[in-house]
Amino acid sequence: MTLPRRAHPRPLDIASGRVDLTHGGGGRAMAQLVDELFVAAFDNEALNQRNDQAAFDVPGGRMVMTTDGYVISPLFFPGGDIGSLAVHGTVNDVAMAGAVPLSLSAGFIIEEGFPLADLKRIVESMAAASKQAGVPVVTGDTKVVEKGKGDGLFITTAGIGMVPPGVEISGDRARPGDAILISGTMGDHGVAVMSQRESLGFESDILSDSAALHTLVAAMVAERPGMRVLRDPTRGGLAATLNEIAGQSGVGMLIEEAKVPVRAAVRGACELLGLDPLYVANEGKLICICPPEDAEALLAVMRAHPLGADAARIGTCDADPHHFVRMTTAMGGTRVVDWLAGEQLPRIC
Amino acid sequence: MKYIDEFRDGEIARRLAAAIAAEADPGRDYHLMEFCGGHTHAISRYGLEDLLPANVRMVHGPGCPVCVLPIGRLDAALWLARQPGVILCTYGDMLRVPGSKRVSLLKAKAEGSDIRMVYSTMDALKLAEANPERQVVFFAIGFETTTPPTAVAIRQAEARGLANFSVFCNHVLTPSAITQILDSPEVRELGTVTLDGFIGPAHVSTIIGSQPYEYFAEEYAKPVVIAGFEPLDVMQAVRMLVAQVNDGRHQVENEFSRAVTRHGNEKAKALVAEVFELRKSFEWRGLGVVPYSALRIKEAYGRFDAERRWDVPQDSPPDTKACECGAILRGVKKPADCKLFGTVCTPENPMGSCMVSAEGACAAHWTYGRFRDA
Repeated sequence: MTLPRRAHPRPLDIASGRVDLTHGGGGRAMAQLVDELFVAAFDNEALNQRNDQAAFDVPGGRMVMTTDGYVISPLFFPGGDIGSLAVHGTVNDVAMAGAVPLSLSAGFIIEEGFPLADLKRIVESMAAASKQAGVPVVTGDTKVVEKGKGDGLFITTAGIGMVPPGVEISGDRARPGDAILISGTMGDHGVAVMSQRESLGFESDILSDSAALHTLVAAMVAERPGMRVLRDPTRGGLAATLNEIAGQSGVGMLIEEAKVPVRAAVRGACELLGLDPLYVANEGKLICICPPEDAEALLAVMRAHPLGADAARIGTCDADPHHFVRMTTAMGGTRVVDWLAGEQLPRIC
Repeated sequence: MKYIDEFRDGEIARRLAAAIAAEADPGRDYHLMEFCGGHTHAISRYGLEDLLPANVRMVHGPGCPVCVLPIGRLDAALWLARQPGVILCTYGDMLRVPGSKRVSLLKAKAEGSDIRMVYSTMDALKLAEANPERQVVFFAIGFETTTPPTAVAIRQAEARGLANFSVFCNHVLTPSAITQILDSPEVRELGTVTLDGFIGPAHVSTIIGSQPYEYFAEEYAKPVVIAGFEPLDVMQAVRMLVAQVNDGRHQVENEFSRAVTRHGNEKAKALVAEVFELRKSFEWRGLGVVPYSALRIKEAYGRFDAERRWDVPQDSPPDTKACECGAILRGVKKPADCKLFGTVCTPENPMGSCMVSAEGACAAHWTYGRFRDA
């Protein structure tokens, strides 16, 4: 058989194609849109690193900048809301460069008719999350669109931070032999949001894991500044994020199904909905790739932090020339853990 | 998870694998077809082929509802979605299958058709109730498992007096498809496909029971073991089939006895019989026109039949040239034998239906197994 020679066998159909939901799903279709349109157009060194944030030198050190848009539906979900999620997600994107987050911005795109009480609740939740994280929202923007031209409320953010000297964390630095660690259970956020969609009507006590991870990252950086990659497995879940890193770094990966922690309630809900927890979004977890000799020390630091209590080593990077992420199943067989095709859960963040 | 973890125990899997290896006759091959996409998916997702000896080979069958729907019926659904005032709703996998000119329901949605994904027929009814000025069409697909919920929806629509709800019925029948495969020239005359036994459907059999398989086990002298969709179910069924082949038996055995009886779910069968009747023939992708292999809505419920409400096109355009879905669905070819596999046909840009659903042979091999070809 012939393996695809390019990442995307068929180029984007610019002439007659249209954007569909898969282009926002965190899978290969989105990666293609980003590669062939945005990266091609904006082409520059910082962007071409293809991380969730850009790192660049400024007088006085190395700065990190990120931006994010929040379109989650419903706006309120067990364990959070669009406001706290926007703070956590942005802080995390800054922190995943090993950086100390400093300031956030927030843009509100509000649909005419949106209840002020809901807006107040969201803004106060955002303020509380920002205060708790110690990262202030220092500037903002407000826009209102006519009824029917938006869906309640969208929030866009930016975040900046500074990278401590000597830290060089990037998605392209994984090497064969490196250990793959995750900070806790997979799939909580996606399942918590899904449980609130009225069409599903199942009840669960699963809370979103939405949380700011910068203090966990700071503890890890203090222990082992030589970590190679940090990334939060949000849209597309663990599977998509590992594939991104494998592609960026040019390595393969082998993980063990039995080592990936998943809550029983999340497994149950996924079973019912026909989802795979490896593809379900997280908002308070990170993946760490580090030299094998650092793995135990980092796991100890993670487990000592409240947001890393269930941390585990799930696998190892290898030199697979095809950059496959493979998994040893609990049955003892092996399979590919591929990108998600299509859109599993629209508007999860 | 109770009642799930028990059937995913790696240690028991290894013991079953050792037993199969010990019992399989090294002097012969065993070609076992799993009819259902659910089994295809389980085999790929859990990497079960790694646990079987080299002479016990699984052949993927056509039991993936999205895969067997011909392009013509999908084009008809696209046509329905474009009619004024229509909301077309269907199950998720169906959205990504390309029709002719490579337009899928998902693309039609981006172009402006009102197409919604639903998780159940009840969601479709709710849509109809919430949008009384619109026509809600449920694009019904699937084997015997998904047919009773469609029957319930039609009965409910009648009870609630929903004049704006209809069903575009594409429900198909498992036993006639298996018979068609056994009657195919590749199996009967040419001998290019050897089939030594079948793993019978799990969920379908909970509805129709094990009795319908008795005819072709006897007539075609092929053993059938009905099995659940969990990995240990599949391993156990393989062991039972190997034993039948070794003994020269061809019986219907039931590994999935925790859910399947000989006569199935009588209530569901009665409901289906009340609402639906057999079509004289129906086109399947890969299998061609198969007599008495699908259902349509009875005259008594005709006002809920989208094919009676609209003059739905009946064209049957051919599959994409070079797409081997047809041969793959009949077990004649493997996904990697197709020139399009992984080159221009991937789950993001499927050319054929087998690359769409997680139950399709190509999607399962691409998503889970392609590292073996590398």
